[in-house]
Amino acid sequence: MIVQELIFYAFSLVMVFAAVAVITVRNPVYAVLFLVLAFFSAAAIWMLLEAEFLAIILVVVYVGAVMVLFLFVVMMLDINLVPLKEGFIRYLPVAAIVAVAMAIELLMVLWSRGRFGVDMFPVPPPHSADYSNTRELGELLYSNYLLPFEVAGVVLLVAIIAAVALTLRTRPGIKVQNPSVQVRTRRDASVRLVKMKSEKPRGA
Amino acid sequence: MSLQTTLLLIPLLPLGGAILAGLFRNQVGRVGAHSVTILGVAGSFVLSAWILMQQIEGTLDTVNISVYTWMIADGIRFQVGFLVDHLTSLMMTTVSFVSMLIHIYTIGYMRDDPGYQRFFSYIALFTFSMLMLVMSNNFLQLFFGWEAVGLVSYLLIGFWFKRESAIQANLKAFLVNRVGDFGFLLGIAAVLLTFGTLDYVEVFGQANSAIGQTLSIPGGMEWNILTFICICLFIGAMGKSAQAPLHVWLPDSMEGPTPISALIHAATMVTAGIFMVARMSPLFELSDAALSFVMLIGAFTALSMGLIGIVQNDVKRVIAYSTLSQLGYMTVALGVSAYSAAIFHLMTHAFFKALLFLGAGSVIIAMHHEQDMRYMGGLRKYMPVTWITAWVGTLALIGFPFFSGFYSKDMIIEAVHESQRWGSGIAYFAVVIGVLITAIYSFRLLYLTFHGPEKFEVDADAGHHPPPGKQPAKPKESPLVVTIPLIGLAIPSVLIGYMTIEPILFGGWLTNDGSIFVLEKNDVLAELGHHFHGATAMATHALSTVPFWLMITGFVLATGIWLFRPSLAEMLRNRMPWLYRVLDHKYYFDEFYRKVFVNGAVSLGRNLWNKADAGFIDNGIVNGSARVVGWMAARVRRWQTGFLYDYAFVMIIGLIGILAVWVAMVP
Amino acid sequence: MLTLAHFLTLGAILFSLSIAGIFINRKNIIILLMCIELMLLAVNMNFVAFSRFLGNLDGQIFVFFILTVAAAEAGIGLAILVVLFRNRQTINVAELDDLKG
Repeated sequence: MIVQELIFYAFSLVMVFAAVAVITVRNPVYAVLFLVLAFFSAAAIWMLLEAEFLAIILVVVYVGAVMVLFLFVVMMLDINLVPLKEGFIRYLPVAAIVAVAMAIELLMVLWSRGRFGVDMFPVPPPHSADYSNTRELGELLYSNYLLPFEVAGVVLLVAIIAAVALTLRTRPGIKVQNPSVQVRTRRDASVRLVKMKSEKPRGA
Repeated sequence: MSLQTTLLLIPLLPLGGAILAGLFRNQVGRVGAHSVTILGVAGSFVLSAWILMQQIEGTLDTVNISVYTWMIADGIRFQVGFLVDHLTSLMMTTVSFVSMLIHIYTIGYMRDDPGYQRFFSYIALFTFSMLMLVMSNNFLQLFFGWEAVGLVSYLLIGFWFKRESAIQANLKAFLVNRVGDFGFLLGIAAVLLTFGTLDYVEVFGQANSAIGQTLSIPGGMEWNILTFICICLFIGAMGKSAQAPLHVWLPDSMEGPTPISALIHAATMVTAGIFMVARMSPLFELSDAALSFVMLIGAFTALSMGLIGIVQNDVKRVIAYSTLSQLGYMTVALGVSAYSAAIFHLMTHAFFKALLFLGAGSVIIAMHHEQDMRYMGGLRKYMPVTWITAWVGTLALIGFPFFSGFYSKDMIIEAVHESQRWGSGIAYFAVVIGVLITAIYSFRLLYLTFHGPEKFEVDADAGHHPPPGKQPAKPKESPLVVTIPLIGLAIPSVLIGYMTIEPILFGGWLTNDGSIFVLEKNDVLAELGHHFHGATAMATHALSTVPFWLMITGFVLATGIWLFRPSLAEMLRNRMPWLYRVLDHKYYFDEFYRKVFVNGAVSLGRNLWNKADAGFIDNGIVNGSARVVGWMAARVRRWQTGFLYDYAFVMIIGLIGILAVWVAMVP
Repeated sequence: MLTLAHFLTLGAILFSLSIAGIFINRKNIIILLMCIELMLLAVNMNFVAFSRFLGNLDGQIFVFFILTVAAAEAGIGLAILVVLFRNRQTINVAELDDLKG
């Protein structure tokens, strides 16, 4: 048990540290990297919660795709970082007050009168070794949640199309090949048969 | 012809004439207009007289029929119906007779007026309304007739609607009558509240049950319900019968054509209030307080209005103030429970006052619409018929023995003398002095108009509307259509009192059939009846009474001043300028009303307009709400920076707020 | 012993930190997007914890969908960001006040 707690606190610390870093570092590239660190820690903590599938998904999909996308964008855009950090100190007190107020309220909800204590939510025993979180999730997802699952697919499709449509642009004056026009071309467009009298050989 | 048809025809014939003359005036033409209306009114006079004859002979009892039920609401029937008893038939006949003669007279008086057909339509409509009023068997129809005669009166005062003064006068008449009508309506409402019905017979039948009942009015006062009803109804009568302080409209109503002054503002409509109180005698009898009130108002009117008549110069206005004074006499008679005497005086007054007005109208025609007596004089040799009939009317008015006015007025004075009612001493003093006053102003009128030197010059170039003191031609006697009604009214003015005093006052003709109800303890006429030994004896006995000698005094004074020593009047006026000023300003009633009510209403209106409407509603509510929105929007707009992080900030603050509520509220 | 409250507390701290991040980095839209990702992570943390302690897998299904939507959101958000930068040559939120009427 103590091992689990050690793991929890260790990753929690890393995670909080990473989150603080995300919101404070100057360079957005670092911020993305710290965010990745936070996600990693979260995945580890989810492992503790026996949500192995989601932990893996978080690392594979989120870190592997979304965060990479963030990095792409951050690196692609030629951002002048100086004005973006303006007012950092000025807004810090307000931010601190709001965040602390939020945290205090949330913690009051959590800790007052043992609402979420052991009595109400006893610690469940760990699953047996042959338990497959992925299988269980899959069974649920492809039965009860089939329709939302399909809808989620549609949402992703829409997101893809939207992202392409947003960023797609045609620049005039650029010489490019147009394969479809090339394929569709006919003989008439380029060959002209000309009837002419046969020439008599000179001197014949 | 059934009785119901007859009774229906009596008001409907004049109505038909009014509709034909009014709505089809181009089709019927001038001759057609006066023909149909005169035929209609003559028809209703004949039928009324026939009914009256039957009742005199005793072959027709009191008729009480409902013709048409308009609606029934909450058990209360609103209906059209006729109650024809002796009182009603007497009124019907008087109204239709006077009205008929005035129709005939109008042919001559209004000959050149472009509104000829309209005028006939109005007076026929008036006859209809007045007949509906007197024939009614319920309060609703009474109110209908009451308002209808008021409407016609309004239309007729303003008949010459291009005249500024006429429009002012008819507005004034309308507004002052509204005050009275409001009281009247309250009275009717109180009747409905107390008795739950509007039918005369049912109400009078239950009248005794209302004795001792009280009505709580706001302010915590308890009123005797009968006194309340009677005073409210009498306030209506004060407006219609021009009793002080609601009399101010009647002198001004002389702006209307003279036939109207005779018909509506002397003979019939203004007596509607007297008739109404007499009709309500079963209610009034039960309230001594109301009767005292009636009597004192009447006494004040009788004396004070006569005094004003002495200083007036407009021939019609003198007669108008005389009318007010005589109406005061009738009201006093009502107040001492001598209802029959009031009705009797109403009837005789209708004849001689209509006569006087028509005589004045005849003079006005001859003088080319000059109404100021200071520019008349010596007319007797130009218009003998008018002169003689005016003498007859005057003698009747001042109450010279054997003339009709003598019997009616003397009876009222005697009745007041006999009465034990609270305040009857004051009333007696007023009516007795009133006799003197009446004689003075009546003879003054007569002398200034018909006697003495001519105070106008004949100037052929003076034109159709000559300046004061000029006449385009010598005055000449009016045509037959004018003089025949004068003679037709002069005859009853002389005779009717002598002929009818016995049956009406002492024969119980009005009381025996229940038309008028008098409690035994109040019955002064019965008391007087013990001393009555016939009309002739009464006239001879009068030679030894105070009123007669007061009248003679008045005659002598008037003769001395205005016939022989005109400078005396001037001297008196200069000796007592304050008295003259008070009388000339009619006791400042008009000034007072103008200051208090008219200016008050105007300033109230202006304040409401400036402060309430423009200030509060327009500026405060309408523009104010817009301004508040604008002001708030100007504040709120600052939050709309367009910056994403500000919106996020607000969202998060909201989130914190919701959480705080959740933390605080959820256990 | 690790109770539910431990995990929820971790999620709360993470959530509060991301709110602070939104306030501090109000100029940089990329960091704002990242803070939103962090916020979603905090929420997901709660879902997973509840799922575990209630013995109910539905919470994990929900996390699954949230991840999906978040990925779509990040994709579109970044696409918008790219277009925005292309048009305005900046991602400074302080210069983006077109919402102001």
